[in-house]
Amino acid sequence: MSPHTIDENHLHADPGIEHEPLHHAVPISAAGATPMQRAKVETIFEKGAAGRRAFQCPATDVPVRDDLLPEHLRRREQPRLPQVSEPELVRHYVNLSKRNFDLDSGFYPLGSCTMKHNPRLHERVTALPGHARLHPLQDPSRAQGALELMHNLERALGEVAGLPHVSLQPSAGSHGELAGLLLTRAYHEDRGEHRHKILTPDTAHGTNPATVTMAGYEVVKVGTNDDGGVDIEDLKTKITDDIACLMLTNPNTLGIFDPNIQEIAKLVHSVGATLYYDGANLNAVMGRTRPGDMGFDIVHYNLHKTFTQPHGGGGPGSGPIAVSDRISPYLPSPVITRRDTAEGPVFDLVEDREKSIGKLRGFQGNYGCFVRSYAYICSLGSEGLQDASETAVLNANYLLARLKREGIGEYLPLAFGERCMHEFVLDGSVMKKELGIRTLDLAKRLLDHGFHPPTVYFPLLVDEALLVEPTETETKETLDAFADAIAAILREAKDDPEIARNAPYTTPVRRLDEAGAAKRPVIRQAMA
Amino acid sequence: MTQYTATTPDDLREMLEEIGVASIDDLFAPIPEAVRLGRPLDLPAGQTEQDVYGHLLDLARRNVSAEDELTFLGAGMYDHYVPAVIDMLLGRSEFLTPYTPYQPEISQGGLQVMFEYQTAISELTGLPVSNASVYEGPSAVGAAAYLAKLANGRKRLVVSAGLHPHSRQTVETLAVGYGMEVVEVPLAGGVTDAAAWAEAIDGDTAAAFFQQPNFLGAIEDAAALSAAAKAEDAGGDKLVVVGSYDPIPLGVLASPGECGVDVAVGEGQTLGNRLDFGGPSFGFFAATEAYIRRMPGRIAGETKDVDGRRGFVLTLQTREQHIRREKATSNICTSQALNALAGVVYLSWLGRDGLVELGELLLQRTAYARDALTALDGVSALHDQPVVREFAVTLDVDGVDGVKRVIDRCAAAGVNPGFALGRVYDEHPTGLLVAITEQRTKAHIDRLALILEAAVAAERAAAPTSGATA
Amino acid sequence: MADASYPEELLYYAEHDWAKIDGDVATFGVTWFAQDALGEVVFFDPPAVGSTVTRGEAYAEVESVKAVSDVYAPLSGEIVEVNEELGDTPDAINEDPYGAGWMVKVRLSDPSEVDGLLARDAYVATLS
Repeated sequence: MSPHTIDENHLHADPGIEHEPLHHAVPISAAGATPMQRAKVETIFEKGAAGRRAFQCPATDVPVRDDLLPEHLRRREQPRLPQVSEPELVRHYVNLSKRNFDLDSGFYPLGSCTMKHNPRLHERVTALPGHARLHPLQDPSRAQGALELMHNLERALGEVAGLPHVSLQPSAGSHGELAGLLLTRAYHEDRGEHRHKILTPDTAHGTNPATVTMAGYEVVKVGTNDDGGVDIEDLKTKITDDIACLMLTNPNTLGIFDPNIQEIAKLVHSVGATLYYDGANLNAVMGRTRPGDMGFDIVHYNLHKTFTQPHGGGGPGSGPIAVSDRISPYLPSPVITRRDTAEGPVFDLVEDREKSIGKLRGFQGNYGCFVRSYAYICSLGSEGLQDASETAVLNANYLLARLKREGIGEYLPLAFGERCMHEFVLDGSVMKKELGIRTLDLAKRLLDHGFHPPTVYFPLLVDEALLVEPTETETKETLDAFADAIAAILREAKDDPEIARNAPYTTPVRRLDEAGAAKRPVIRQAMA
Repeated sequence: MTQYTATTPDDLREMLEEIGVASIDDLFAPIPEAVRLGRPLDLPAGQTEQDVYGHLLDLARRNVSAEDELTFLGAGMYDHYVPAVIDMLLGRSEFLTPYTPYQPEISQGGLQVMFEYQTAISELTGLPVSNASVYEGPSAVGAAAYLAKLANGRKRLVVSAGLHPHSRQTVETLAVGYGMEVVEVPLAGGVTDAAAWAEAIDGDTAAAFFQQPNFLGAIEDAAALSAAAKAEDAGGDKLVVVGSYDPIPLGVLASPGECGVDVAVGEGQTLGNRLDFGGPSFGFFAATEAYIRRMPGRIAGETKDVDGRRGFVLTLQTREQHIRREKATSNICTSQALNALAGVVYLSWLGRDGLVELGELLLQRTAYARDALTALDGVSALHDQPVVREFAVTLDVDGVDGVKRVIDRCAAAGVNPGFALGRVYDEHPTGLLVAITEQRTKAHIDRLALILEAAVAAERAAAPTSGATA
Repeated sequence: MADASYPEELLYYAEHDWAKIDGDVATFGVTWFAQDALGEVVFFDPPAVGSTVTRGEAYAEVESVKAVSDVYAPLSGEIVEVNEELGDTPDAINEDPYGAGWMVKVRLSDPSEVDGLLARDAYVATLS
């Protein structure tokens, strides 16, 4: 059973074991609630007592002066931080952690997120003091290990994408997108051109249009054809010389590889615009094809998707970019250079670059993420990275095939095409019509089965969408168990749709009032 | 198959059969021939775990970290002690490996952490609204500029030269996209020039920015800057006053809320996060109630479930990119949840009294350090403003290269004396910025004084200046 | 409001808005169809009194938990009154879209535009 069913000892499921249907666990009254559901929810601010502490402040070992800070610069009211001992602190947060589902514990087929296993070696190497306690402004001559690591990572990422010039600076995928659009602007303006519009497909992730506005451009949407690719005819009507860039991902958010990519690239380049690759789906193609070879000028990577940086419940991530020769002068500063000397290679950080767009953040980026991604690339090497993509695509197609079987396929058809790359979109509108349960209800009932649901209601193009990405690190047994759970939920719904509509039953809390939270936001603990 | 994938030959056979293809190659058929790579990636072969570990260890050993030298280097990130409970909690699967909490029923741990973090930041800043983190300090300043643009539609950003150079550069880079103009206000005597500040702010100013303490370690009169900015707001009550704060001294320094600041942002690295050569850390972002619907980033809110249980959800999501798309308050998707967890755990570990005690300790030690260094031959105070954890001195050496050589000499003796200000301020070519944390004791400071004095003397002997102190 | 309803005495605009004409002042709101599509309304962002609205252009936004919708003006004019109550009870838009859920009152700048609006039956026909 999952951590969220009636099991105080927090045992985890062996996905090969057939679960008992959870029908008998329904409904839950206060008396029948799980221990976690019965637990009193208190924030750290509601615990502790006056005088308790975990921090022991070092004694003041210098002569004390009372004239250092004028009264008008001093704080009047102290912040009401908690007062807890270390054991209280530990118990609070450890217990809080148990109210989370996580990737180490179970399957997480979130489309567009690439929830692949986070190797534990990476935590060990990032904790080495030579990496963890290195100051970002340390003299480069005393940070050669770090600079070499970053340089090697840049080269590896450049090889994967097929574009040689890399900046590791952006902090996340959408930060990389912003960098890409600001680079595009700098490129055009340097040639004396002032363009105003950026094309994004209607299947694009929300970060794309949000970034377009932040970069000072206007969004123009490009349609999707019946095969799930870019509608070339629509593109032809919209591709003018006021277009600065087309933002795409390939495969796209429908999990479909657009076979017309070369024609698209040609059209975009024919009006002098740049072609931007959203790297969210890079996990589908490593070693098989490269965005640089497809004609993209600018690529961003998501180290927290493709390269195993743990998701951390919502970050940190890292969104490096790679660009072609013509875009490279504009890269953010600093850039890392390598000089070969008699004593060996010497690495440096170069800040002053005439055409650089400048900086998007402090220092040189999320180095802790670079260490992990670098360790991953060293561990897998050329063959291993290709194996990762091939297995990701294999696993997605296998799971899709299992979900096409009778009992599932007729209620959750594939939205586009026959097969997929590393992820696929199912259309839940048939299920809604025939069984009376929505994609939301299916997702909530999956929680009772110990699985994290797929991404729901994205992409917007598909009604009642379910976007599924198993990744390469799952076994066939897990994929089978997931397909079996979906089948069980649909069978149950045919019988009694109310069960899924009121799910989940076994999680630490049940469905929450989100409307109430939005109408009257309470976003901090009220203090006594 | 690798150590992370598990497709046995039997698995492969069964899977291909279920799919209805002959080989994995068939699954890549949609990729046109012309763009197929057709060769292995030009990368080294994969290595065993122990070899990868050995390689990463070798790289680590070629860095001089705070473990290897006595460091007084700050300038935006500081070598504070990170308690062991943070390593343990951040290593837990349930905090390290989940995704953003889109299914709140199974993410109450993470959502409650966000709620507690928001509360802690709210208390720290004295402002009622906090989000669940942004990437880091300088980009938080940039995000505040975007908030101002959306809130009042004005075009001018007035920025004190006391802001960290990376913050100033980030604002300039982002302003190009925002279509806004950036105007810099100089320092005078180590703090923002009050007359120039008032002069620069006008009816088309969207936001005015200062840093506390500023980059030279000086404590600004935040309340006065705030009031002066608002007095210049010809349109009345629309200008956004933004303070970029070092969070650690907020036990002793007047809070942003107490000073009339509208939006408080800052670098969260010092709250329980490692140096990590510059990241990941987190940025905090807090504001007055008026700006709640303009906040960037995730926000967790309290609510109830169908059975009346207390719970937490992501709220006010209509601000965000996944719903509002081109009109979103920012493009943030992934932010810094794990680092923000470290932040709230750290603040809880410090506790109500601990934060104040730490601030007072830094105040005393920093003053002692400034006295000790300015008493040295060839070292004088760059400014005499009140300081709390960092201060600036000038060295009687030949330009920024002279300062760099002094730093090299100190490094050879196992001490990093600080940051060469000449790298970013032309008007302070021989400046040195020295940072104090609770890990730097009186004995350490005395050692710094000894080593620095010797290094300055050696530099002066080797490359005498014209005689005038810069 | 549980069941679909479209009052006979109101006039309608294709983007799911209604108008109640009273001399040269009109009251606007959104129809049952709009509030049903949106789900539970959590926030209404009103325009300022004195601002101008133009027929066919958005003048406000309505938010549910998971969606934001523009509200379109059926007619042009100047806003003379805004429903302040919606700040506290935005769900009036769901409960009573034609009564307590009214959004703005506008002094019409071009009353002839009224001829371009749809009668109840014509609007309902567009919904199928």
